[in-house]
Amino acid sequence: MLTDSARGARPLRQRRVRPRFWLLDFYGSAIGKKAVMAITGIVLLGFVLVHMLGNLHMYQDADHMNHYGEYLRTIGEPILPHTGFLWILRAGLILAFIFHIHSAATLTIMNKQSRKTGYKGGRDYIAANYAARTMRWSGVIVGFYILFHLMDLTWGVGGADYTRGEPYQNLVHSFQREPVAIVYIIANLLLGMHIYHGAWSLFQSLGLANPRFNQWRRYFAMGFAAIIVIGNCSFPIAVMTGLVDLPK
Amino acid sequence: MSLKLLLKVWRQSGPADEGHFETYNPDDVNEDMSFLEMLDVVNESLIAEGKEPIAFDHDCREGICGSCGMVINGVPHGPKKLTTTCQLHMRNFKDGDTITVEPWRSTSFPVVKDLVVDRSAFDRIIQAGGYIAAPTGSARDGNEILISKPTADLAFEAAACIGCGACVAACPNGAAQLFTSAKLAHLNLLPQGQPERWSRTVAMVDTMEEYFGSCTNYGECEAACPKGISLDFIAKMNRDYLKAKFRDRRYTHKVDTSDAGG
Amino acid sequence: MTLDSRIPPGPIEDKWTNTKFETKLVAPQNRRKFQVIVVGTGLAGGSAAATLGEMGYNVKAFCFQDSPRRAHSIAAQGGINAAKNYKSDGDSVHRLFYDTVKGGDYRSREANVHRLAEISVQIIDQCVSQGVPFAREYGGLLDNRSFGGAQVSRTFYARGQTGQQLLLGAYQALERQIDAGTVKMYSRHEMLDLVVENGRAVGIITRDLIDGTIERHSAHAVVLATGGYGNVFYLSTNAKGSNVTAAWRAHKKGAYFANPCYTQIHPTCIPVSGDYQSKLTLMSESLRNDGRIWVPKDKNDKRNPNQIPESERDFYLERMYPSFANLVPRDVASRAAKRMVDDGFGVGALKNGVYLDFKSAIERLGRETIEQRYGNLFDMYENISGENPYENPMRIYPAVHYTMGGLWVDYNLMSNVPGLFVLGEANFSDHGANRLGASALMQGLADGYFVLPTTIAGELANHLNEPAPSTASAAFKEAEANVREQTNRFLTIKGSRSVDSFHRELGHLMWNYCGMARNRAGLETAIADIGKLKDEFWQDVRVLGDGQSFNQSLEKAGRVADFLELGILVCQDALHREESCGGHFREEHQTPDGEAQRDDENFAYVGAWEYTGAGKPATLHKEELVFENVHLAQRSYK
Ligand SMILES: Cc1cc2nc3c(=O)[nH]c(=O)nc-3n(C[C@H](O)[C@H](O)[C@H](O)COP(=O)(O)OP(=O)(O)OC[C@H]3O[C@@H](n4cnc5c(N)ncnc54)[C@H](O)[C@@H]3O)c2cc1C
Ligand code: HEM
Ligand code: HEM
Ligand code: SF4
Ligand code: F3S
Ligand code: FES
Repeated sequence: MLTDSARGARPLRQRRVRPRFWLLDFYGSAIGKKAVMAITGIVLLGFVLVHMLGNLHMYQDADHMNHYGEYLRTIGEPILPHTGFLWILRAGLILAFIFHIHSAATLTIMNKQSRKTGYKGGRDYIAANYAARTMRWSGVIVGFYILFHLMDLTWGVGGADYTRGEPYQNLVHSFQREPVAIVYIIANLLLGMHIYHGAWSLFQSLGLANPRFNQWRRYFAMGFAAIIVIGNCSFPIAVMTGLVDLPK
Repeated sequence: MSLKLLLKVWRQSGPADEGHFETYNPDDVNEDMSFLEMLDVVNESLIAEGKEPIAFDHDCREGICGSCGMVINGVPHGPKKLTTTCQLHMRNFKDGDTITVEPWRSTSFPVVKDLVVDRSAFDRIIQAGGYIAAPTGSARDGNEILISKPTADLAFEAAACIGCGACVAACPNGAAQLFTSAKLAHLNLLPQGQPERWSRTVAMVDTMEEYFGSCTNYGECEAACPKGISLDFIAKMNRDYLKAKFRDRRYTHKVDTSDAGG
Repeated sequence: MTLDSRIPPGPIEDKWTNTKFETKLVAPQNRRKFQVIVVGTGLAGGSAAATLGEMGYNVKAFCFQDSPRRAHSIAAQGGINAAKNYKSDGDSVHRLFYDTVKGGDYRSREANVHRLAEISVQIIDQCVSQGVPFAREYGGLLDNRSFGGAQVSRTFYARGQTGQQLLLGAYQALERQIDAGTVKMYSRHEMLDLVVENGRAVGIITRDLIDGTIERHSAHAVVLATGGYGNVFYLSTNAKGSNVTAAWRAHKKGAYFANPCYTQIHPTCIPVSGDYQSKLTLMSESLRNDGRIWVPKDKNDKRNPNQIPESERDFYLERMYPSFANLVPRDVASRAAKRMVDDGFGVGALKNGVYLDFKSAIERLGRETIEQRYGNLFDMYENISGENPYENPMRIYPAVHYTMGGLWVDYNLMSNVPGLFVLGEANFSDHGANRLGASALMQGLADGYFVLPTTIAGELANHLNEPAPSTASAAFKEAEANVREQTNRFLTIKGSRSVDSFHRELGHLMWNYCGMARNRAGLETAIADIGKLKDEFWQDVRVLGDGQSFNQSLEKAGRVADFLELGILVCQDALHREESCGGHFREEHQTPDGEAQRDDENFAYVGAWEYTGAGKPATLHKEELVFENVHLAQRSYK
């Protein structure tokens, strides 16, 4: 004999018994994770923007660029040790990445559990655009790209001849290898896609949607993605076209 | 004007069976028929052939009870916007079309038979807090509570949800955010709903997450919803949930009322 | 056995108040000792189960849909009446009482109707406090609209979804009790028999529609709120699942069936478009406020309606009823349309409708206004008919909509079987021979929220400290055996015709001979033909599949079997009632100008039928109706 409460689906996961510590409780919920994702997303957005702007120095000349790189390391001295402030930033950045990725991964698993069988006759998408549907892929690829990028330009294990403290030269060397330049361009296009959905979606996740400015959320996301893509892709192109070259 | 169609319908004898598509070529389908009347015709001929008819949920056939619902050519409730399956008429199809029909797909909507699924998980979400506790007879005069027309209208728009489950069926994550947020918006917008606002929000969201996926803001649910429930209600739910989580737990914890009235 | 209506003594204004005081109570700590079964979770059953649970009784609730939220009540569009007099246009409890008795063509019980009018006021308060989003004015106050059969504005509404919003209110209250554990909900369960032991209702037999399990449930009292039987006509505005099975099986176990021939026909529905038609869709009555009804003067006018000049149109309602014109009551408007179509003036491909024309209204008020008022209805019409009502006139025709008849109950809503209560459309109580618009929702909620929770205590109190009857008793065994026997029989007939084909044929007979207009010859034919159809059904019905799984043909078979038996009773009741009143129009009894002719001398009574065994004619019991507060008059709308 099946009563209503015995009928149908069993819970896929337990939520109504909560951990005592409210932060864990909060992060334990999907909506909480989405909020974390949005906030870390904002941090990452901020970073890529500043990073892109900073890199514009390369259009001046090697010294400006390198001094900028050096300057970043000296912020906060003498209160903070050399590169102290930078490490604080890095720490925040690393945390943001960790949480962003962890929440993305756990939510993805949750969603797969909730839709074990897909549509055997195929399905049609009406509202969800390509960017939205590929967030996971664009995200993962961007993730790997960052690793490669760090090896290449921060740790100097990317294969190009690398001199610590000379980002300008390192960059030019790196981008002079066409395949690398291509990788950068593709990666940044994907990042653009990721941001195109992300920068729109984060308002919804944080409950900031409002009919009055909903269409502006779209423009904002488009604009942001465009700026990042144009800025970041211009660098490898500039090097390939010789617009930016090693100092004589 | 009559239509020749190729129907591919999901047949599944029970939860255990893994199911398959069967193909039918109904003749005498007429464009003034509703989609369900078309299936009635198919069923009549199946019975004549001694084959078991296609099982599908339906009751009012007026687009209000939320019983009906199937995925037609990959879209819940079929091609016509803001229309339930029972209100979808065959004139929305062309002569010679192939039509694929499948049940809602969600781990928490197990298939009962053919196109019939079990949606009791929705009832479970309402049980968690989708109400305003108002013991019979305790009410004061209806006009003592003033509710501005815009508020009443917005609450109504949220309350228009018919609980059909198309939002879950449409969501690639199998998320029930649109359904849950609609009920929350209906109750949380009204003055009568304020006392239980935070505990209701937490309890309903937590229950929702026990059965359904999370929202990555695809918007497919809104597109499939026959009652045009807006995505903004999901944002409102997120906002209320976040607010609730940053409050003192004594306000947000739901106390058990199992001996109510006893 | 004589019918005791248990109408309390005293002036009509005090009857309910006194009853509330005099009825025995069950103390809170004792309530959980009582098991109550509520079959049906629409407005009536849902509100009753929620309230009883809230009070602390042990409740088991049943419905055949997959969720209580889907009950047929959800389809109600127009609104719900209440004598709030917020518009201070002279409304009052007494006026609502009077309008309802008159609207019912003086065939309802004064005491019940007055109680209904009193309670109507509390219903609105209750629903508002539950969060039902009734329409509001800009000032924040509740809005009202006016409805057929009343000169005051007393109808509360929530756009075109009053029924859904009210039902969600009751459903949510019910789900709250389910969570609290006071109510156990059995959805997708169908009641297939009532168990009666030494004359008392002690429980029910149900079938789990998902896996076919036959179950026994016992209780101190059984409440039926299983809705109306309009689907005996096959085509009606009722939901496809609406059925008489629960009520009919109770009837066969001794409960009297009252006034079955009182069926309401709604004048404005979308006409049938073909024999595949599965149900009819109602277009709100409010359309008649701005639409003009007409047919071409020339029978075989093949022209597009817009090409037919004013002079060649017959606005027959305006012609026949100059003062009320297009706003005559439901039954009058319906019969007029039937006359036109029968005389061959019908419009549309099948010549089975009349025009409802908004051209002049659009010219007068502008398309925007019309769009605002009826936009969603016009869309619905276009969606279904494929015609644009802004350009072409709508085609409409009457359809079966509501059944005033039902199981007989006394003032306490208890049937003649002790322990069996009946609520909502399933009982016969408050609407007499014709129901006013927006009064069914009111009655369902009055019964469920306020009347039953009071009156049931009076019955339960007599059984304090008795355990719930055992389900091992002979009565239960026998009832279960019968249910199993019937189920197997359907599956083993293995005939050649589908269940639906029988239901359709039954519908045709009912509609042709026992529809808007009835006469002796026709009714006699119907009774004979339905009898034959019934025999054929039991010989030749084809139900595939098995009984241990989800089997919709099997569900339908049981329901149609009961409709076939009910159909005969409806005709028999119509045949015996040699008068015309409200929804029951006997061609032999009409005024010279074709209006209903009541016979208060001989027929001012409730006709309650007793089941006397398979194939045997039911026997009639009469409850005389006494009118002390309204004086009987002939309705006229000229
Ligand atoms: C299209 C339409 C519009 C209407 N508009 C209005 C309006 O504007 N105003 C108004 O006042 N009235 C209106 N009415 C009438 C009104 O809606 C109904 O009379 C009323 O809702 C009946 O409610 P109920 O609770 O008695 O029955 P229902 O709501 O029909 O509920 C019946 C319940 O019984 C259950 N049930 C039935 N049989 C069984 C069984 N054998 N076993 C188990 N469970 C069973 C069902 O599952 C369901 O839960 C309208 C009716 C229709 C058809
Ligand atoms: C600098 C790089 C990145 C930026 C600027 C960024 C930004 C964002 C933003 C703003 C969102 C929207 C959050 C929300 O909707 O609430 C988002 C979502 C997402 N991010 Fe990233 N992200 C970055 C890198 C990554 C990486 C490395 C991964 C994974 C490995 C990832 C995976 C995801 C996923 C899966 C989503 C989808 C969540 C959703 O749509 O709601 N992102 N990202
Ligand atoms: C084509 C575009 C880009 C260029 C030219 C570029 C250039 C550089 C350079 C030169 C450095 C080394 C700075 C130094 O060591 O002094 C650097 C570091 C870094 N870049 Fe990029 N970058 C680009 C895009 C990106 C993107 C899209 C991301 C992230 C999504 C990113 C993330 C990082 C990180 C995390 C570091 C390490 C910063 C640190 O040392 O703390 N970069 N980048
Ligand atoms: S939100 Fe829309 S789609 Fe989802 S259940 Fe409600 S009505 Fe159906
Ligand atoms: S489709 Fe799914 S992801 Fe969110 S917006 Fe709708 S629930
Ligand atoms: S059958 Fe009721 S909504 Fe479709």
